[in-house]
Amino acid sequence: MTVATGDTDVVLRAVDITKEYGVTRALKGVDFDVRAGKVTVLFGENGAGKSTLMKIMSGVEEPTSGQLMLNGELVVLESTVDARERGISIIHQELNLCANLNVRDNIFLGRELPNGRGGIDYGAEAEATRDVMARLEEAIDPKTLVSNLRLGQQQIVEIARALVDETQVLIMDEPTSALSAAEVDVLFRVIRELTVQGVAIVYISHHLEEAIAIADYAVVFRDGSLVAEADADDIDLSWVVSQMTGRDAEYDFRDRERSYGDVVLSLHDVSVINPDDPTRLAVNHVSIDVRAGEIVCLYGLMGAGRTELLECVAGRMPVTGGSVQLRGEDVSGLDIEGRIAVGLGLVPEDRQRDGLVQMMTVGNNITLADLDAVTKSGLLSKPLQVQQADQQIADIHIKTEGPAAPITSLSGGNQQKVVIGKILMTGPSAMLLDEPARGIDVGAKGEIFALLFEKASQGLAVLYATSEVGEAIAASHRIIVMSRGHIVGEFDPRTATREEIMAASGEAIETRPDGAHT
Amino acid sequence: MSTKESAGRKINWSAVMVEGRALIALALIVIVFSILTPQFLQPETLLLMTRHVAMNAIIAIGMLIVILNGGIDLSVGSIVGLSGIIAGWLLQGWNIPFTEMVAYPQVWAVILISVAVGAFVGWINGVIIARWRVAAFVATLGMLYMARGVALLISNGETFTDIKGSPETNNQGFVDVAFAAPLGIPMAVWVMIVVAIAASILLNRTKFGRWLYATGGNERAAILSGVPLKKVQTRIYVISGFCAALVGVLLVADLKAAVPTAGEFYELNAIAAVVIGGAALAGGRGTVRGTIIGAFVIGFLVDGLVLVGVSVFWQVVIKGAVIVLAVAIDQAQQRLQKRSGVRKTQASLTAPSAPTSGDA
Repeated sequence: MTVATGDTDVVLRAVDITKEYGVTRALKGVDFDVRAGKVTVLFGENGAGKSTLMKIMSGVEEPTSGQLMLNGELVVLESTVDARERGISIIHQELNLCANLNVRDNIFLGRELPNGRGGIDYGAEAEATRDVMARLEEAIDPKTLVSNLRLGQQQIVEIARALVDETQVLIMDEPTSALSAAEVDVLFRVIRELTVQGVAIVYISHHLEEAIAIADYAVVFRDGSLVAEADADDIDLSWVVSQMTGRDAEYDFRDRERSYGDVVLSLHDVSVINPDDPTRLAVNHVSIDVRAGEIVCLYGLMGAGRTELLECVAGRMPVTGGSVQLRGEDVSGLDIEGRIAVGLGLVPEDRQRDGLVQMMTVGNNITLADLDAVTKSGLLSKPLQVQQADQQIADIHIKTEGPAAPITSLSGGNQQKVVIGKILMTGPSAMLLDEPARGIDVGAKGEIFALLFEKASQGLAVLYATSEVGEAIAASHRIIVMSRGHIVGEFDPRTATREEIMAASGEAIETRPDGAHT
Repeated sequence: MSTKESAGRKINWSAVMVEGRALIALALIVIVFSILTPQFLQPETLLLMTRHVAMNAIIAIGMLIVILNGGIDLSVGSIVGLSGIIAGWLLQGWNIPFTEMVAYPQVWAVILISVAVGAFVGWINGVIIARWRVAAFVATLGMLYMARGVALLISNGETFTDIKGSPETNNQGFVDVAFAAPLGIPMAVWVMIVVAIAASILLNRTKFGRWLYATGGNERAAILSGVPLKKVQTRIYVISGFCAALVGVLLVADLKAAVPTAGEFYELNAIAAVVIGGAALAGGRGTVRGTIIGAFVIGFLVDGLVLVGVSVFWQVVIKGAVIVLAVAIDQAQQRLQKRSGVRKTQASLTAPSAPTSGDA
């Protein structure tokens, strides 16, 4: 499968890497080469295993099995520091900056330059910071506090941090998600300079055309395996898309009977300020109606504003403008608790962080949002609790030993069902779900969507967000595409193609509006 | 049905381990001290020690409720002092401002008002923390000073010693109530028992209790499940203040005087009892049973050291070491449990996923 090339260029080689997180297998025996002086681009949907592999190659995580070869020698990366000392740097998807420190201190955090008297050589650090900022064409003073920088500039600092090292392999995981078009151009020029110097670049981006433009080699991941690799000259957007999404989803609900009732959830002209960058709108004048029995899918890239939209509808973020109505009643004045009470609940994107109480049992998690249902004359009733939890477990087919089992004993898919069951127990008329099938295996994905369609047929209005186009097409009645806070398209999943939807979402670089800032 | 039972047993087992550790420590303390001094196991000694323990345990139960939420209440010691001073003040007779009249509230009213003041101070804590978003540590540290200051202001730094009341004013009998020993068991112990039972019901059988464990375990998930966080946060400090005030009143009867500096450092003893009892300072884990055992460990250890004649200075050092040791063991145990959990999941994995997995 490996493309035969002069193996001398290969700086870093991953051999048969496997990674398991509890029950999920994020990587299934991957072989992967990184070549000196070349840009290798990784394509794949969320959860395909790209980021996991990058974490392993940069010492963030250890593989469950498999080896890494650096310059032909077997290495075990103990930590990111170890990896960095061996010349492997990573720019993470999420920003890892200390906002309370200045740019210089962030760039040299953990590798401060000594001044020979036991202190730090601030002068040299500032000098190096100015140099790297000049390379990135960004006039940021080394002493500026990171908290005073806007998001795009913070990302530049993150990139600068990787550039001050003597690097032979530089991994960039979504480095451009907060950058303006001009900043992306500068970054690409820096990448080209680095490759001329012989640095190997590994690049991940959801902006497909952008990634194709910078690629020398393209590698496609799907479901934890490397499924295709090719020289960049031989590929185009449609090749990438077809390889990424490969086979159709193993579930397909497009042909389900459609019978909608009245409008249940109505968003009118909703705007939300971006919490990370208050000068921008994360959601920009969005209007959506969802009817009883209808499943509407919000498709978009990371940063499109899907999560912010759902969270403000659920009451977790304040609405900056516009209104949210449930069955004709304005819910703006209600908090999360109040909205759940009137029948509007959210299944959050990150179920570990926002969905589950890890210390609690399955039963206690399921009943948490509707404790009134298990309360008898002012006290929680154990039999009632077991009965209610058992009913939910049976109703939505959760595989568990029972309500008394610890929540951590469940697989990802079943944990997700618990979060969904918790909201269903409150008897919602509209349910919001953010990436309901992320990080769970294919079989469980189908079960989750089957459950949503079953509840929809009983009159539930569903609005869910996803960044997987296959999911959007196979499991929705209507697809609304968001990009940079706007609604940019609406599709019928029975007629739309993947390419159309992905193009609409702004995965092409031309559609990226230049940042309003300079 | 059988699987459910086994799951239930598994949970209890780990809980027993956490609590068992404190129990083992308690047993060790009892054995060691009863060998060192025959006095230790005398009924009178045990009763006296238990009365000391009870005071700390009552505060610790309030503290547990705060800690379950991931908060902390440093002001309880000062609330003990303040509510005690209020009780002493009222028993001496209250000069109604701008009048020549002196009010002598009856004993039940004195107790009620003193305890209500403690609960009110707790409510202020709760509002500062839940509504003004001030960190619990800072808010209650400030209240530690303020409540103590108010107690000193009211008493002008003096001790109220005349708490007997008199027949003319119909307010005698405070000590009889608060220092009584129905069935030979001191009032403080009775109060502890009642508070412990009430707290157990609150934590295990009410919505509020479930909310408390949920917010302590994962605040974000709890909020998204519709748990009213601010309400929960406000109430826990009211409860904590209430518990501290109960002790304030009991302490006045115990000392036969209302001392404005009473209760200093009680907050630290309470936190120690909660932590030794297996609660997590980050919230979400802890039981009333464990906390009471923790209070016994601290109390018996301190009193035992006194009986044996260890110097006061060494007592302090030993107490500190025990607290650190308890938490260190707890952490090690948590890690062990986590690791064994991972191993179990891996074991259950290998069987069903074998056909799809690549060969090693």
